[in-house]
Amino acid sequence: MNVRFPHKLQLFALATALALGLGTAHATDVTGAGSSFVYPVISKWSAAYAEKTGNHINYQSIGSGGGIAQIKAGTVDFGASDKPLDQATLAKFGLGQFPDVIGGIVPVLNVNGIPAGKLVLDGKTLAGIFLGKITRWNDPGIAALNPGMKLPDQKITVVHRSDGSGTTYNFTHYLSQVSPAWKSRAGVGTAVNWPAGIGGKGNEGVSAYVKQIRNSIGYVEYAYALQNHIGYAMMKNAAGNVVSPNTASFQAAAATADWKHARNFELLITNAPGTRAWPITATSWVIMYKQPRNLEHTRVVMDFFKWAYNHGQADARSLDYVPLPDSLVKQIEQYWQTQYKM
Amino acid sequence: MHAARTETPARDFETRARTDARHDRIFHGALKSCALLVLAALLGAALSMLWGGREVLFQHGFHFLTSSSWNPVTDDYGALAPVFGTLVTSLIALVLAVPLSFGIALFLTEIAPVWMRGPVGTAIELLAGIPSIIYGMWGLFIFVPFMARIEPALSSTLGQIPLIGKLFEGPPLGLGILTAGIVLAVMILPFISSVMREVFQTVPKRLKESAYALGSTTREVVWDIVLPYTRSAVIGGIFLGLGRALGETMAVTFVLGNSDNITSSLLMPGTSISSSIANEFNEAVGTHRSALIALGFLLFVVTFIVLLIARLMLRQLARREGN
Repeated sequence: MNVRFPHKLQLFALATALALGLGTAHATDVTGAGSSFVYPVISKWSAAYAEKTGNHINYQSIGSGGGIAQIKAGTVDFGASDKPLDQATLAKFGLGQFPDVIGGIVPVLNVNGIPAGKLVLDGKTLAGIFLGKITRWNDPGIAALNPGMKLPDQKITVVHRSDGSGTTYNFTHYLSQVSPAWKSRAGVGTAVNWPAGIGGKGNEGVSAYVKQIRNSIGYVEYAYALQNHIGYAMMKNAAGNVVSPNTASFQAAAATADWKHARNFELLITNAPGTRAWPITATSWVIMYKQPRNLEHTRVVMDFFKWAYNHGQADARSLDYVPLPDSLVKQIEQYWQTQYKM
Repeated sequence: MHAARTETPARDFETRARTDARHDRIFHGALKSCALLVLAALLGAALSMLWGGREVLFQHGFHFLTSSSWNPVTDDYGALAPVFGTLVTSLIALVLAVPLSFGIALFLTEIAPVWMRGPVGTAIELLAGIPSIIYGMWGLFIFVPFMARIEPALSSTLGQIPLIGKLFEGPPLGLGILTAGIVLAVMILPFISSVMREVFQTVPKRLKESAYALGSTTREVVWDIVLPYTRSAVIGGIFLGLGRALGETMAVTFVLGNSDNITSSLLMPGTSISSSIANEFNEAVGTHRSALIALGFLLFVVTFIVLLIARLMLRQLARREGN
């Protein structure tokens, strides 16, 4: 008895070693780092991808700024950022970039007397609120957009992000496009000098504040609004239509944005022109060297994203992300062929 | 055998003395390097923060120290708002925590029945072991809504008093400088009270008993015997708590409101040095990062000044007692 046991153990160990050895014989481990926004979907994709191909994608969620620094230093195979690199930087470092997933940013609010998902806002009004110029919920500007709705005579409390984030970058980019006053007072950035309000750390911090503070308004990623059951507002988009935040309106924004004229996909898709487009839609970018330092790793990264575009859509939807529209995927594949020397 | 026995002790003493001296030197050296290591680490930290923040600290003269604007878009940074928030929240924490800790420590050493002293003392020490993120969550989800309910009452009562009324104006958000100060007070309470309890126990029994024998009341014993005897250690404990309050990050980040402004009202949101760093460091590049490192250096300087003041106070006290 006590002889057989070690034997079994040895056999088991041998079998495991063999299995692992065979499993990893042709597998490649690639590393990526950056945006915390895409971390959940990339980790879900990489688990499914590893099961299928044996290749592991190790992604570190260290923030977009960190991801850009790491890819510039060449310590990772790909970086991910919620903010595109400009042409000069891309050219200087020989980098290329392409979108990986779409997300929507939604204004969330907690006001007694305003039912969830019913309030309509437009860019100018939203900018006015975040500038601290529109201070009460029954402001004529808000009332004009919501005829027939009984708006409470209450002071608005603005909630913004206290940490630097891609969400803030896209949100302030939208406000700057629709409001010259915002552009000159606060501008565009991952963190800005907020004219009004209080700051919550992360999407979860803003959600918590909005839920707790009466008569407050904030902005979060769509998934956080859904998961925390916070009421959101509808927006009047660039085409003048009132749209609700959902997969269709985010995809409409991504599909109608002017990607054709955006070199290296350097385009923020806020205030997109489509008739059904959600105005505060954002993409996230993957950044890689055009002249690969490690050919095999770069091939695996591309294969991974190609697989994700085609087979990862259900995974993305289950996490409340929006997969890229087909037209955009085609452009990205074309970009790979023309720009990357494989 | 006999001769050997008389000879060995002398030789033994000599070798023994030599090894002893060597061991002493090694021991001396080891201890010294331990202490020097701390100094080197401290100096290294200070210098590297000074170096990391040089771009902002010295760029526009004293602009960084005198400006209250914080604008990452235009790269214009001033440290006044975070420094103000750090000092004010810590001050509120001290004002609340010191009398409370004093009461707790005195009760436990002088008044409480003996069976109670152990468990309550342990409970206080356990309170010190709770991670600050837990205080932050508690602050955000339980204490902030509570403050939001009582703040209108504060504004309508204390807010009406002429001079200090300014401190209690503003919308009842629940979060802000006052809330952060109260959460900090709860956090530093166990540190101060356990130090006080320890030192109150060191007061010799005969001193207290003599005073009681002379007819002193408990209050008189505490005021005239216990406190003078332990004064310097009590002040040391208070400054230990203050040091923790100045550097506390997570709990403050959750309840302070993270808004770069300096207001006269304690109910308004503010920011602190450590919470600004925690919030923004992740995504900060270039000058922004340099500004945050410079803030870290300022916290270092602020803490140093506070400790210096503590030292001076202690020296002053010692001199007065000498008279």
